[in-house]
Amino acid sequence: MIALTWNLLLALIWVALWGEFTAANLVVGLIVGYLVLAFALRDMPAFASYVAKVPRAIRFFFWFNRELIRSNLTVAYDVLTKTHYMRPGVIAVPLEASRDGEITIVANLISLTPGTLSLDVSSDRKVLYIHVMYLTDEAEVVRSIKDLERRVLELMR
Amino acid sequence: MMIDLLVGVLLITGAGFMLVAALGVWRMPDLLTRMHATTKAGVLGAGLILLGVAIHFFDTTVTVRVVAIVGFVMLTAPIAAHAIGRAGYFIGVPLWEGTIKDELKGRYDEAQHTLSSGPADQDKDAS
Repeated sequence: MIALTWNLLLALIWVALWGEFTAANLVVGLIVGYLVLAFALRDMPAFASYVAKVPRAIRFFFWFNRELIRSNLTVAYDVLTKTHYMRPGVIAVPLEASRDGEITIVANLISLTPGTLSLDVSSDRKVLYIHVMYLTDEAEVVRSIKDLERRVLELMR
Repeated sequence: MMIDLLVGVLLITGAGFMLVAALGVWRMPDLLTRMHATTKAGVLGAGLILLGVAIHFFDTTVTVRVVAIVGFVMLTAPIAAHAIGRAGYFIGVPLWEGTIKDELKGRYDEAQHTLSSGPADQDKDAS
């Protein structure tokens, strides 16, 4: 968190030095600030983990958008064609995320990815109940959900 | 010229996904599958339209607002779907007959308003 604040601060200084507040200046400032932090403060653990997280976050962003589009195409296909190809069902998936914020983000992202919709979390926060549209291969569905959860937790911890 | 074409394609695909979301509400057999259609297609449709708007104006203030709107839509749409789906499930809206599995069945304690994580019969043994 402190590393992110420093990165923003460096970006704002960069913008101030250019004397013009535009999106392009801010983005260049963020990149320059990131590179400076990555080089100058790479020995400090708080900054090292931040430096490692940024590329992961960018990769997650693109991966997630691809999943979102793929999920939409499968659902759109089922909506537009006459027969229903879906095999819906409710499954229980064990949660590794423990804090409220983590569970919220994981549940939200599950709702946005292919054919899955978070229904509820058990009261002891161990299990997430998910409605799945294409439950032909349950092991595969659970694997992809755990994969998403792992990616999110890598970013948040 | 190329920009106009790109903006047009983004707007039309976005509107198309919105149409799919609306058709999904009509076409899908039960509450939960309907929520599937509206959440995902709604978010992607709104996102594509807003991306088209951002590219068309190509202006910092517009772009910042677009990012904020997309962020809030992504944050709120799944929560709405979760709230509606959960409420619908627990007051007993029937699932589609093609539903092949329901692990949530019988795990909700209506008197205590708690949801157990294990199979219902295990809980009876424990209590």
